[in-house]
This record gives sequence, C-alpha cells and structure tokens, in this order.
Amino acid sequence: MDYESMRHFADSWALLALFLFFIGVVIFAFRPGSKKHADRASQIPFKED
Amino acid sequence: MKYTVEIVGVSLAAFLALVGAALSQDSLFQAHMWVLFFALAGGAVLLLRRHSFLPAPATPARSSVHAEVEYMDGPIRYGVIATMFWAVVGLVVGVLIAAQLAWPQLNLEPWFTFGRVRPVHTSAVVFAFGGNALLATSFWVVQRTSHARLWGGNLAWFVFWGYQLFILLAASGYVLGITQSREYAEPEWYVDILLTVVWVAYLAVFLGTILRRKEPHIYVANWFYLAFIVTVAMLHVVNNMSMPVSFLGTKSYSAFSGVQDALTQWWYGHNAVGFFLTAGFLGIMYYFVPKQANRPIYSYRLSIIHFWALIFLYIWAGPHHLHYTALPDWAQTLGMVFSIMLWMPSWGGMINGLMTLSGAWDKLRTDPIIQMMVIAIAFYGMATFEGPVMSIKAVNSLSHYTDWTVGHVHSGALGWVGLISFAALYYMAPRLWGRAKLYSTRLVSIHVWTATLGIVIYAASMWVSGIMQGLMWREYDDQGFLVYSFAETVAAMYPYYVMRAFGGFLYLIGALIMAYNLYMTIRGHVREEAPVGGSLPALKPAE
Repeated sequence: MDYESMRHFADSWALLALFLFFIGVVIFAFRPGSKKHADRASQIPFKED
Repeated sequence: MKYTVEIVGVSLAAFLALVGAALSQDSLFQAHMWVLFFALAGGAVLLLRRHSFLPAPATPARSSVHAEVEYMDGPIRYGVIATMFWAVVGLVVGVLIAAQLAWPQLNLEPWFTFGRVRPVHTSAVVFAFGGNALLATSFWVVQRTSHARLWGGNLAWFVFWGYQLFILLAASGYVLGITQSREYAEPEWYVDILLTVVWVAYLAVFLGTILRRKEPHIYVANWFYLAFIVTVAMLHVVNNMSMPVSFLGTKSYSAFSGVQDALTQWWYGHNAVGFFLTAGFLGIMYYFVPKQANRPIYSYRLSIIHFWALIFLYIWAGPHHLHYTALPDWAQTLGMVFSIMLWMPSWGGMINGLMTLSGAWDKLRTDPIIQMMVIAIAFYGMATFEGPVMSIKAVNSLSHYTDWTVGHVHSGALGWVGLISFAALYYMAPRLWGRAKLYSTRLVSIHVWTATLGIVIYAASMWVSGIMQGLMWREYDDQGFLVYSFAETVAAMYPYYVMRAFGGFLYLIGALIMAYNLYMTIRGHVREEAPVGGSLPALKPAE
C-alpha cells in the first residue's frame, strides 16, 4: 500500500469508522437506563479505603 | 526479606555498566556509564544490607478467612517522597534558568549553561515530578477502585526504582551535554531503551491489577490512567526510533528526516502534553476531587464522553506546533481544527470537576485542599481555552516562538498539573503513614495562595512580554525594513524576565512549605492551630 492510498483510506473510511464509533459511545452512554448504572459506578471510590 | 534475584540482577547490570565504561567509544558515554555503574553498585550494596541470610522462616499458612485485601502501599510512599523531592529540584532549576535569562552572567560553563539546564528543568518537572505523581496516584487509585492488590509482586518496586534511574541518567546526561535534541525527549537511545523496559513493566502492573479487580466496573479514573500509559508507550517508541552510531557510544541518528522528523517530534511533543500532562492528571481529578469533597463526580456519563472525545481529538493536534513551516498546509489546518475542537472535551471535563462541588461550595471556605483542587481545575479550563486560541494560524503568527507560549505552558503546568498533584499528595500523605491528619492545614492555605500568586505573576508577565516580543518582531517601517533588531527585543523583555523569575520563586516557596508540612506529617507531628475559616459560632439555646 503506498502513501496516497493509505491517506485516502484514512480520510474516508477510517474517519467514518472512528466517527461512528464515537457516536456509538455517546448513544451508549446516554441510553435509557444508563443513569442507574452510572450512579452506581460513581460510588466506587467511596466503597472502601 | 530475600533479594537473591534482585542482587544478582543489579550486580550484573553494574558490571555491564563497568564494561561499557571500559570499552566506550566516546568520553561522554564513558562518563555516563560511570554514573550508571555507581548508581547500580550503590543499589546492590543497599540490597545486600537489607538481605536476610538466615534460612527463610516457615511461612504461616494464610487463613482462608483473610478476605480483606491488603494494598501494596510501599511504592506509593516512596513515590510521594520522590514526587516532593523532584518537585523542589525541578522548581529550583526552573528559577535558576529564569534568572539566567534575566542575568546571563549566571550561565556557568560548561555544565550549567541555559542550553543544558533547560532540559533538566523540563524533564525534572514533567517526567520526574509529574511522572512520580502519576506513578504514586495511579498505584493508589487502581488498587482502591479495583479492590485488588497491585499485580506482579515486586514488579512495582522495579517500576519505581527503574524510573528513578531513568531520571538520573537523563538529567546527568543533559548536564554532561548528551542530547538527541528532540524536545521533551532529549535522552539518547540507550536511556530510551531503559525507559521502554520500565514502561512495559508499569503497564503490566497496572493492567494486571485491573484484570484481577473485584469491582465489575472499571472506574473512569483508571481509563484515563490506562490511556496515559498506553499512549505514552506508543509515542515514546515511535518518536525515539533511531540508529546508534556505535552500541558503546552516545550518538544516534533519527529514523526520520526533514519535515517528517519535525512532525513526528511534535506529534510526540503535543501528545506528551495531552496524554502525560492531561489524561494522567484527569485520572487524579476523577478520583481525588470526589474523595476530598466526599461527593461523587457530578456526571459519570459526562466523564465517559469526556474520555472518548479527549483521546479521539488530542492525538491530531500536534501539527499546530508547525504552522507556517514546510509542513503541508492541509496538515497545519488539520492540527488547528482538532485543537479548536478540543475545547469541548476540555471544558466538559472542567465543568464536571467543578460541579462535583455543587451543593458543597462551603467547603471552599474551610478546606484549603479543596481550594487547591478548584484553582487547579480553573487553570485547566483557562489553559485549555488559551491553547486552542493560540493554535489558530492568525493568532499563532503573533504568538509562536514568543514568551506567550512559555506563559501558556506554565499556566497549565504550574496551575493545573502542579496544583492537582500537590492536592493529591496532601490527600494521600496522612493516610499512607497512618496519621489522623496533616501537620498543618494553615500551611496548606499559605501554600495555595503563594503558589497561585506566583502563577498569576508568571503568566501575566509572560503575556505582556510575549505579545510585545511578537509585535516588535513583525514591525516594519514605511520603507519595508524591520524596525527592531533581535537584540533590542531581548533588552525590552528584561523587566518581564525579572518578574517571571519572581513568580516562579513564589511557586518554589510554596513547594518548600509543602515539603516541610509533609515531612512533619510523616514524622507524626500535629500543629496546634485554629481551624481555617474560623470556628463556628457557639450555638446558644433559645431563651
């Protein structure tokens, strides 16, 4: 694979894949019912010392 | 304790250093190998003195009811002391080079000229002070949020001592004049290899502890620490790819050349800021701010978005260090655009940290450690606001190569990285040595305000100096000639150099007060003093 084709892959499909992954993260983080899970996770530092 | 393997290993390494000194191809390599030899030989002697030559006592069978996890806090205690020690060293050297800029007579040849001491300062504060703070806090956080002991037994000690050896070799090399002249990555190839080995061990300890966690969820602070460890490994290896001239000499040549080399260096350089000085210290924020405030993080879901957005965007921002150079225009613009997009995760994280105190703002009045954390987060917000502004090409054409950049870096480094690390140390120290509380809370308050005043003086004088410098450089007369010579701009900056040295000096004083406070805390003293913020008025029963 030469530089040109790698570059074109990077600024098209790779960019799209990373962007979709990020959108997926946002949707996953704010999915219905995630609040309960997040509140539990935020209590982890207080469980034990 | 038995240290058979350790003693053999360190002695063998010391012998190899001696062989290296004997067969060296240049005098600098020889001097460096002597430094390495004495450090390792000293280490071997220390291990021998601590080694027990008696037959090992029969190990008592561990009872199966021993459910309570025993944390490994030894390397963290050493890490706290090392962090404090290197903070003072790095700041003293910083004040020295600030004074050298104002009064050039202070350049003591050949070892203590600005060119050699400046990397000692940057490496001492970033890698020695910041690095030890990250080692200590990451070992603290990963154990307590995973409810598991550090993985790998004595491997954590290897990480700690190996890292100190790296710092020793880096700093002694700079003073001797050994450098590969890559910014924030000045150590030559053999020191880079040592750091790579130590770093892989660090990753193994951290990841091993996460893998055997008893808590199903990996707390967000550990995500930031892990991103820091993994990314720094990648950056370090790629940036330092080079070919040594001789395996017994200092000199090596980079695998890259020209603009590719420049881009590799700033891809490394900016992500050292992004993943070493930001992601790692956000790990500190996400654990220690909730603990000190005794409230959970404002929004855990926001912290997840913060994490992914930060690591997706930061890695592309490096080209903004190469505006108006031979780097292709599209790459410069890419760096600028990603730097501006970084506003969002940075401010999301800042808001998340600050809002953790919502409903508990009264703590600001009585708890100087909370004050320190809030000021640190505020400086994080300010520095990450200023950075994207400076990455805009039009602004950069004024700010680049001037003192403005130096001021920006220091409001981030002294304000954000320094203060959040100090706050974490204040939190950990009494708990690590089993003290009820710090020696003095009032001294923490004095530290907060001395340090803050120092940063404000530093940053403000550098803004004025930098903008003046940039404007003087680009001023043309009506004939099209430059108005000022370079030496004239240097002379004009003299008063600001003096002010900057004073600001840095104040910050150093704050760190010395802290060192005294921690020393007295560790010794178990408690100062008799009125609580900060005054005592509550005594309540009277209604008549």
